Amino acid sequence: MKDYLVLRVIAKLMIAFMLLFALYVQFHGDFGPGGGFQAGVISAAAIIFYAIIYGLPAARAVVPDWLVETMVGAGVLLYAGVGIAGLLLGGNYLDYFVLARDPVEGQHRGIFWVEMGVLITVAGVMLKIFYMFAGRGRGEDA
Amino acid sequence: MTLLMMMAVVTVVIAGRRNLFAVVILFGIYSFLMATVLVALDAVDVAMTEAAVGAGISMVLFLSALHLGRSEEMKPLHKPFLPLVVAAATGAALAYGTLWLPAFSDPEAPIHQHVARRYIAEGARETGVPNIVTAVLASYRGYDTLGEVTVVFTAGVGVIVLLRRSRRRKQGERR
Repeated sequence: MKDYLVLRVIAKLMIAFMLLFALYVQFHGDFGPGGGFQAGVISAAAIIFYAIIYGLPAARAVVPDWLVETMVGAGVLLYAGVGIAGLLLGGNYLDYFVLARDPVEGQHRGIFWVEMGVLITVAGVMLKIFYMFAGRGRGEDA
Repeated sequence: MTLLMMMAVVTVVIAGRRNLFAVVILFGIYSFLMATVLVALDAVDVAMTEAAVGAGISMVLFLSALHLGRSEEMKPLHKPFLPLVVAAATGAALAYGTLWLPAFSDPEAPIHQHVARRYIAEGARETGVPNIVTAVLASYRGYDTLGEVTVVFTAGVGVIVLLRRSRRRKQGERR
């Protein structure tokens, strides 16, 4: 679809807003609807949109495979790491109250990092599945 | 109700189609209708997920799968009556089961009596997060969410392992 001028221009306009909306959903999740999972799928959808319009190699240049594969594992590790940080600071596993001096502040910090872990893993898995499907049948390395 | 009727119509049309490309597009329409239903039920975050995953990403995946195979469905080998009876019986049993459920958004329903009251009363104060859904998902039910993320991770790893191995086997055959 690289030859369709209208699609290219519209995509270029929209992808920035999609990514911005994903960040809004992520960081505003404390107050409005949304959270890590929603933000992860929206940002993955933005990258997939980019791949559809500009081609898979272009998307792979923006978000390379090693990054996607790292994201798949890093998010779970980050989430589990928040739990271990709670253990090390003298609380229970996934206990956020001990993460800061003020318990409410600790909750904020814990939820922030946990949601970040969800975002990273979800976006990574979605992108990885898309890359593997789209790369098949073209002789490309997935 | 209108939305549910539209979803039913889309489902019937999907069941009657042989052209898989049309089925994928109809599936996207179904997902968007589902997302609209979820917005009507005030579950905006689930609606976002449905619109992004159901109508967006999985449609792209279906289309790329279609690109690898044929776009016409094969003629079925069996008569569809047995599956039809099973599906109808299951649907009837489920509808029968809903007869004893409490009314929609009934505050006296058993599910709202256990811990939900405490989440609503204390959640904003204990976690400092005004959105109860986020407070429950990330804090009170942190273990569940960790499990969910692990499930997503496992699914991703499974797809990677499956698709990688089949490709290597193909290369081996070529040699």
